Amino acid sequence: MNVRSSGTQPIRVEQDVVLARQTARKLATECGMRLVDLTKMVTAVSELARNTVVYGGGGDMDWEIIDDFGRIGLRLVFRDEGPGIPDIKLALTDGWTSGGGLGLGLTGARRLVDEFELDTAPGEGTRITVTRWT
Amino acid sequence: MERIPILKMGDFLLVTIQVDMYDQLALTLQDDLTERISRTSARGVLIDITALDMVDSFIGRMIDTISSLSKIMDAETVLVGMQPAVAITLVELGLYLPGVSTALDVERGMKLLEQRVRL
Repeated sequence: MNVRSSGTQPIRVEQDVVLARQTARKLATECGMRLVDLTKMVTAVSELARNTVVYGGGGDMDWEIIDDFGRIGLRLVFRDEGPGIPDIKLALTDGWTSGGGLGLGLTGARRLVDEFELDTAPGEGTRITVTRWT
Repeated sequence: MERIPILKMGDFLLVTIQVDMYDQLALTLQDDLTERISRTSARGVLIDITALDMVDSFIGRMIDTISSLSKIMDAETVLVGMQPAVAITLVELGLYLPGVSTALDVERGMKLLEQRVRL
């Protein structure tokens, strides 16, 4: 698997969520993603970037355009140094929320991408990797 | 502070969202709209999201809240202009907006509002 291009973008404040969405839209377009797939990816970015700001206390989004034997994909990593998620199973339950939201952010984002990986531990931050293939 | 304009058309309020939504903007709109309904005794609210290329759970919740709030204040809300890709994504996200009336475009939305208010 080849990485065609990559970069990092800060997600510190609420307005950065909008910028992260714009970056994801641009990258997904570059990948040649269909409109529906692109919209799903951008929506997932919105949910995950908001989590990074609200729960993680800010962090970064790493992006990569990857090429897996001709199959092009967009891979994004949302990472923060926040408190981490104590109960992953609970956090991935539809409708469960710790922050007064709908509880659809994490679970919804997972449904909107092809690959979803959550790496977190209490006190050690959170790292979420999502991939959507074209 | 940035604000989404609310236009008055007869008994109705018209909100056309044309900027990239962020959370604070959504909350401000919610407050502004409630205040305007109360001040103008509007009977209906039309929210046009034709220009929105994405609706996430936060914006979805705002739309749902506005709809509930205006109902309590004796005004109907109709959401119009949702793009097909946005609709598909919303349902996959798990957000079905059961309490929100929708119409395909502004014209149909206005007709729906008029019907609702007359009844």
